[in-house]
Amino acid sequence: MSETQSTYNYRVVRQFAVMTVIWGIVGMLVGVIIAAQLVWPELNLGFLHFGRLRPLHTNAVIFAFGGCALFATSYYVVQRTCHTRLFSDGLAAFTFWGWQLIIVLAAVTLPLGITSGKEYAELEWPIDILITLVWVAYAVVFFGTLAKRKVSHIYVANWFYGGFILAVALLHVVNSAASPVTLFKSYSAYAGVQDAMIQWWYGHNAVGFFLTAGFLGMMYYFVPKQAERPIYSYRLSVVHFWALIFTYMWAGPHHLHFTALPDWTQSVGMVFSLILLAPSWGGMINGVMTLSGAWHKLRDDPILKFLITSLSFYGMSTFEGPMMSIKTVNALSHYTDWTVGHVHSGALGWVAMVSIGAIYYLLPRLFGKSEMFSVRLITVHFWVATIGVVLYIASMWIAGVMQGLMWRAVNADGTLTYSFVESVKASYPFWAIRFLGGVLFLFGMLVMAYNMFKTMAGGRTVDDARVLVPAAHHA
Amino acid sequence: METLYLLIPISVVLVFLITLAFWWSLRSGQFDDMEGPAYRILMDDDRSPPAAGAGDGRPGRSPADPCDS
Repeated sequence: MSETQSTYNYRVVRQFAVMTVIWGIVGMLVGVIIAAQLVWPELNLGFLHFGRLRPLHTNAVIFAFGGCALFATSYYVVQRTCHTRLFSDGLAAFTFWGWQLIIVLAAVTLPLGITSGKEYAELEWPIDILITLVWVAYAVVFFGTLAKRKVSHIYVANWFYGGFILAVALLHVVNSAASPVTLFKSYSAYAGVQDAMIQWWYGHNAVGFFLTAGFLGMMYYFVPKQAERPIYSYRLSVVHFWALIFTYMWAGPHHLHFTALPDWTQSVGMVFSLILLAPSWGGMINGVMTLSGAWHKLRDDPILKFLITSLSFYGMSTFEGPMMSIKTVNALSHYTDWTVGHVHSGALGWVAMVSIGAIYYLLPRLFGKSEMFSVRLITVHFWVATIGVVLYIASMWIAGVMQGLMWRAVNADGTLTYSFVESVKASYPFWAIRFLGGVLFLFGMLVMAYNMFKTMAGGRTVDDARVLVPAAHHA
Repeated sequence: METLYLLIPISVVLVFLITLAFWWSLRSGQFDDMEGPAYRILMDDDRSPPAAGAGDGRPGRSPADPCDS
């Protein structure tokens, strides 16, 4: 394999990779704080109460932690698989600093109560415009790099990343349309149930494209690379991509079951959610079966443990999701902690674990080391995180089903058996277990940060990784 | 449900664009080889060579290693 004189842009990958860990700690710390506030209500101090901090938590973990992980890995994958440097170093740097500015602005405005009130899109209009600018720059860098690729084939991971970038751009622009009143206040362009429909069209597709398609791109590169085996079926991965993007867009109405949304629209949402089970499980099986014939690698490679466990959680939550979208199941689960548990089995189990695995893969390569400072600490991180997730989702399952059953219980004379506050009281022990699960997951991230800084301290910043001439060209 | 007058056209246009992308990828030969690309990412050695004099006992292979191809 020969090399050319040009080098890969590792700088921006390194910046995003390090910030993934930092924002992961910040976002999960806020999550632990609000979990504690539910157990000990006296912790709701002044304006830093649950209502203000919860959007800060969701924005920090999704867009700061998840977003930085997606930027870092997509920039790495697109360069390595296209055998070319990023399209523009300047624009790539702009996406990094712009994205960090957005995160800081979110961290200031959300606790102050400056919000548009749309879930996962709470940021006010000036920040929304900034997001649009950064996102356009991201698209230019990503697709520009694809355009100047040195191989004719576009590796499947890039299709997932590309789909994620375009879909998120569309979702953001449609859902954030608003009339500004002042610098800090705007009103949505839509009203009432129309607004709810647009909001959940956005909300569920944010789950589908930001938290699924993007991270599947990550999975399709880092699982084969870490396992040192080709993906189980490349053909299936291509089918997976097209099936997912053709069918995803209409699952949103399942968030609005039994609301003012027309009944038939709810049913459409339910049917599309059920259809999604097929491509999701196809992808999950494809990823896990990559280890077929090499299962022993799972025994002593903690990075692979993270990646394969993340796929198990992906399979689990993409089974649970369609089930919960069935109206009769939703009648029990809606508004309970079951939903919260479901989200976290996807967010902690799938998104966070696949990101953590990918970042552990990247760090030594970005800092000129052959492996992390301590492989043992990665194993510690893995077990602590896994136990944390299991405690979290199991407690939420029990609490959720219990709440659902208590709320629907009626006496012979038709009156409610339980008052709402009785269900709150009954939930306390499970909220305490959830808090413990969150603390464990956060502790794992702190272990990761220690490991990362130790790796950085003994390493060097790699800026001379030569662009390799693609192997096929020797044939 | 006036929003559907927005959301459904978006979906229709989107399906059209996705079909176009699919058609392009089909015609341009993206799917001609459904085995090779899976192996090709593994032939791209991205392990970082140790810095001069900073060997940590387990050096990664140099990307320039002529035996590699």
